[in-house]
Amino acid sequence: MSILNGKKVIIIGDRDGIPGPAIAACAESAGAEVVFSSTECFV
Amino acid sequence: MKSVIKGASYILAHTPDMVLHNGTTQTTERIVNPESDYLKELPNHLRTFDQALAYWPNQVYIGNKTPDELAAVAQPWYDKECDINARYGKFGQMMPQEEFLLLMQACDVFDLVKLDKEFVAAHKPALEQNEIMDDAILSRITEGVEKSVVEHFVNDEHAEPLYHNNVLVGCVVRAHDIDVNLSAHVMHENLVSKASSVLALLYAVKNAGIEKADVEYVIDCAEEACGDMNQRGGGNFAKAAAEIAALPNATGSDSRGFCAGPAHAIVEAAALVAAGAYKCVVVTAGGCTAKLGMNGKDHVKKGLPALEDMIGGFAVVITEDDGINPEFNLKILGRHTVGTGSAPQAVIGSLVTDPLERVGLKVTDIDKFSPEMQNPDITKPAGAGDVPLSNYKMIAALAVKKGDLQKADLATFPVKHGLTGWAPTQGHIPSGVPYIGFAREDILAGRVNRAMIIGKGSLFLGRMTNLFDGVSFVIQANTGAEKAPEAGVSEEQVKGLIAKAMKEFAATLLAQAE
Amino acid sequence: MDLENQKRVKEFTEQYGAENVVVLLGAAEGEASGLAAETVTNGDPTYAGPLTGVSLGLKVYHVCEEEVKAEFDEAVYDEQVSMMEMVLDVDDIAGEMSAIREQFCKY
Repeated sequence: MSILNGKKVIIIGDRDGIPGPAIAACAESAGAEVVFSSTECFV
Repeated sequence: MKSVIKGASYILAHTPDMVLHNGTTQTTERIVNPESDYLKELPNHLRTFDQALAYWPNQVYIGNKTPDELAAVAQPWYDKECDINARYGKFGQMMPQEEFLLLMQACDVFDLVKLDKEFVAAHKPALEQNEIMDDAILSRITEGVEKSVVEHFVNDEHAEPLYHNNVLVGCVVRAHDIDVNLSAHVMHENLVSKASSVLALLYAVKNAGIEKADVEYVIDCAEEACGDMNQRGGGNFAKAAAEIAALPNATGSDSRGFCAGPAHAIVEAAALVAAGAYKCVVVTAGGCTAKLGMNGKDHVKKGLPALEDMIGGFAVVITEDDGINPEFNLKILGRHTVGTGSAPQAVIGSLVTDPLERVGLKVTDIDKFSPEMQNPDITKPAGAGDVPLSNYKMIAALAVKKGDLQKADLATFPVKHGLTGWAPTQGHIPSGVPYIGFAREDILAGRVNRAMIIGKGSLFLGRMTNLFDGVSFVIQANTGAEKAPEAGVSEEQVKGLIAKAMKEFAATLLAQAE
Repeated sequence: MDLENQKRVKEFTEQYGAENVVVLLGAAEGEASGLAAETVTNGDPTYAGPLTGVSLGLKVYHVCEEEVKAEFDEAVYDEQVSMMEMVLDVDDIAGEMSAIREQFCKY
């Protein structure tokens, strides 16, 4: 069963890992709907 | 015309009481969880000034140790004493909290900082002994007020208390009864930024060997905003700090760009000088109280000292070409654009490989890269990893993709072309610029030919855009005095050409008349 | 996890139903990934945010984990994320993530 297709996705990206918009592009390509995307910063 | 790096300064102020009372991690915790174990435990993790002095990364920051020497010390560093524990270094100094509070008062021109008389009397002699303090600053120190006055402002007038060793020794009063932009909290934050910028400016002038009167323009690139409710970020930290540092011929302005701010400001300064607009520009930044103890929860949980107890500052002096100092190569400018996107490879591409490709250079043509130089001793326990190392891995990975680097050389790239991070996590302070002081020396000594400074900024934190940001620039060995244009035309020749054209024109008119 | 982000996670879960929500992370290393994953499954382990004591049990993955990677368009992943696999310790991250999911994920 698909994990992402048709799901509402919440994204918590990281400035020093993978930023939110990059993850959002991936999630959308898997048929998910991105309802929230944020990027955290620890520095 | 070319612009060169005449000198740089790096300063720290040890402010443990501000960690407790002004760092946002702590102020937030006090609101959401006032009885938390963290708040009870944190004071036991604060470092003494002597411990801060003996901390390896701090000694690198003020120039007593080099990044290479630091890299040779096994991590973690918090449990190892540096063999140098001097408070003064060739780039600047580490200022203890008591002197810094006095400096804040000296930087206040609106009678907002009230210090306890006894505190002033006890510590003013120490500030007078400080190697960089001059009469211009010392004469601004007032004798202070009665303790009861301080208590009144703190208890009844919403003043921001100032503590030393957990004792109330003064306060910053609000500058307006209603305007939140002039609240005691904001004024405290801004006065800390200003005071640390002043300290950096004083050392910058000294280290560059210039006169105070030589400075024509100052650019402040910190992350604070000063202004009132009608112009919240109106500015101007730069000119305010230049006034206290007694730079009589300087004006200035503030430039902002989150952690990328310093890199943006330095490109602007280099271009201003190269264009001939000003002969001497200083880029400066003070530190940030909000970030004190930012990752304190992780440090306390893991039994580490509260390592984020230092306010940072730096300044870089940029002047016209002197034929000696490292020069800016403004043909190699990296910039993260609106269209770049936020994919890490696109970000690094825009900042590193794109600008190099535009001038036909490879990644390996840059001897040293200085991206974000955060101290991994602070970031690793907090889950942010080793930020400089991550940047080097990304640059190396992209270099392999571009064919500039063999895959087998991936592992050695960070050692050969990189640096180990030593800067405090003060936002804009680590972003590329901490290496400029060392880069100048490395280039002058012939150890490095080209160095790339990379600033990156998290614009999305301001909630105005989701975009990331960054700019990069290259400094290189001075290529010698610029030659006068060879194919140029002399004044005589121009006069001759004009005379000839006039004669021909007159002849044409005469011919037409006939 | 940032307090504002915790609030949003809570609100969106209430709005769409926990079974319809998936959280994707981009943290820089294993422990940070695990803490974020724990926050959206078992509750905020730092006792600071709106998810303190709130066990949402959400499905949560790091963007570099094989399970979700298999569902992304390969070209998109390659362009947006792939290079970071050379930077991050993906095995460590995946280990932390699956441990949290096994323990706290309800969907």
